Amino acid sequence: MPRISRRSILQATGLGSLTAGLGALGRGRLAAAGAEDLSPGRMGHAGHAMGVVGRVDTDAFDPMRFLRSWNFSDLPVEERARYYRETKQPDGTLLREYDLFSVDREIEIAPGVFFPAWTYNGQVPGPTLRAVEGDRVRIRFVNLGSHPHTIHFHGWHPPEMDGSLPDHQVLPGDEFLYEFTAEPFGLHLYHCHSVPLKRHIHKGLYGTFIVDPRAPRPPADELVMVMNGFDTNFDGDNEVYAVNSVAHFHLTEPIRVELGKLVRIYLVNLTEFDPVNSFHLHGMFFDVHRTGTKRETNETTDTIMLCQGERVILETTFRYPGRFMFHAHQSEFAELGWMGFFEAA
Amino acid sequence: MTEGTHATEPKTSKGMLWLLALLPLVLLALLLVLIGRFDVTEAIRGDAPPVEELTFQRVELLAEGFRVTVLNDGPDPVTIAQVLVDEAYWYFAQEPSGELRHLARARLDIPYPWVEGDGHEIRLITATGVTFDHEIAVAIETPRPSWEFFAIFALIGMYVGVLPVALGLLWYPVIRRLGRRGLDLVIALTVGLLLFLLIDTAQEGFEAAAAMAHSYQGIALFLSAAFIAYLLIESFGAWLKSRAPEAENAWVTARLVAIGIGLHNFGEGLAIGAAFALGEAALGTLLIVGFTLHNTTEGLAIVAPLARVRAPVSRLALLGLIAGAPTILGAWIGGFVYSPVWSVVFLAIGAGAIAQVVVQITRQVARGRPVAAYLRSGPVMGGLVAGFALMYVTGMLIG
Repeated sequence: MPRISRRSILQATGLGSLTAGLGALGRGRLAAAGAEDLSPGRMGHAGHAMGVVGRVDTDAFDPMRFLRSWNFSDLPVEERARYYRETKQPDGTLLREYDLFSVDREIEIAPGVFFPAWTYNGQVPGPTLRAVEGDRVRIRFVNLGSHPHTIHFHGWHPPEMDGSLPDHQVLPGDEFLYEFTAEPFGLHLYHCHSVPLKRHIHKGLYGTFIVDPRAPRPPADELVMVMNGFDTNFDGDNEVYAVNSVAHFHLTEPIRVELGKLVRIYLVNLTEFDPVNSFHLHGMFFDVHRTGTKRETNETTDTIMLCQGERVILETTFRYPGRFMFHAHQSEFAELGWMGFFEAA
Repeated sequence: MTEGTHATEPKTSKGMLWLLALLPLVLLALLLVLIGRFDVTEAIRGDAPPVEELTFQRVELLAEGFRVTVLNDGPDPVTIAQVLVDEAYWYFAQEPSGELRHLARARLDIPYPWVEGDGHEIRLITATGVTFDHEIAVAIETPRPSWEFFAIFALIGMYVGVLPVALGLLWYPVIRRLGRRGLDLVIALTVGLLLFLLIDTAQEGFEAAAAMAHSYQGIALFLSAAFIAYLLIESFGAWLKSRAPEAENAWVTARLVAIGIGLHNFGEGLAIGAAFALGEAALGTLLIVGFTLHNTTEGLAIVAPLARVRAPVSRLALLGLIAGAPTILGAWIGGFVYSPVWSVVFLAIGAGAIAQVVVQITRQVARGRPVAAYLRSGPVMGGLVAGFALMYVTGMLIG
């Protein structure tokens, strides 16, 4: 993947006229969502003028596709084979082989706002990896970035596969083969464990690692949501909060779900700089499976708080048609981008 | 050089002279094109992010929301990607839209339901994620040019400018009856007052200059404008004197003092108007009382040079108007079309004018004696100190 510089992106996208044009689009959408008329001539105290202005370019990264993709299922077959292969083992489990690489890349985290990220495979969050308990996971990791990086997985593995110690660092241009058996079943994550940790994580080196139980969970519409934030001016405070990187994306692009069908959300908190993040769903309740390691629910609620690195599987079924807001229940995070809609039909 | 070499110099025609004068300019233009084509700094900068600068020029609080004027005073173009108010992404409309080039300006309309009396923070995020903040300490609706506000600002100008100066002029009969030592003391007091005003004006000017966009080179602008004002008033004074008979010299000085103070008061009016406009004059009444006391002493400064001449009331009133009325004008301008550049320029003109007046008065009272000898006398020193003290104490009321 070519290195993409900040300048070239800015020039290529011709941002100037783009943001203006898109501003109007975004406004139209907001109005359609039931907000007051926000025509420029009438600046009135509109209740729903909150939110980013414009649209991001979804060609580079589409949060909607990311929601329901794992093991590179979003790629065409031939291209997918370059990054993911599965081989049946004699004992019935699978050998799952992945090709991950780290690369520096500008990503658009709010319309027109570009962040000089460090990414796995060019995207933040990194690709979602998914295996069944007992599968053998083998990851070839190539560091194409400008700094040493690693992949540190949560889950059972021997210490030499931990990607955290000084001699685990994969220097720029080098590569490393991570191999372990996927266990226990549950919702896990992976992230870079090079120091300084804060920077390597908030720059974007993290992703979701799902380990399914051998007896599959009931079929459901499954969604991966990584709660994250971006410190665009490097003052140790996030300017953007989101699920899956793009501020307020699902305010204008609601997540469509089927009425009466089980919805399963894989929710991971990788927000840097803030001790906790949270998830709140309007008008409904959900069952919580902490870390996804138990089949039984731990609790039923409509608001859940997660520490950095904590994750939960949430299950619910939409009872009424229409729009349901979801957001961090820290109002600040919600207004800084971590807010969206489900649209049940 | 000998006469001979001069004689051998080639005779150049007028056209040739023009050509020679323009040649360096043409070459300079070529050089600029060359630099533009082969940017040597590009090699050093590489992919480094652009240097982005945005300055908030004016923030108006309207019933419908905020209206913000920003200026790009950095070397690189800036694109405003998003606007945050109080840590929330907010809708905004930019006019003209698109990227802001060096020294380009844009207006942002942000329909935010601000709360009167509360504090708010506006933050702009550029395409590269750099942020620029503006704090509204106390939210108060920005006055719009209306007859009511015109009248209110005129009244404020009367209170702080015209009336106090007029009251100060009433000391004229007392001053006329003073002896030599008494007059020395009063004039020294005046010089002390003016020097204090000079320091005061310079400080305000430097503060305003520091808050300006870097491209406007505030400090240089202030000092140059002050220096030019000094020279202009110096030559204006000389011109007045050349026209007037010897007996009118005192009047020339008094008029110059009035002009200097008038220019200073104009700057003061700007500051007051802007403070009210920006909602920063929470202590409005105290501010007005302070300025009123402060400015009464200015009337004294105007009549001091007139101690030895007879002054009809009409001429005194005119001097009072010259010194006081600009406050009203300043308050209007400051309240409705406040601009940091103009306020620096006007403060500088005020400073230059006052400096000239100080020099003028000292020259006059020294009457050929060395200035040091004049200053050494007891009444003069006492007057200077009293002048400073008076201004300092009344200045404390302004805060």
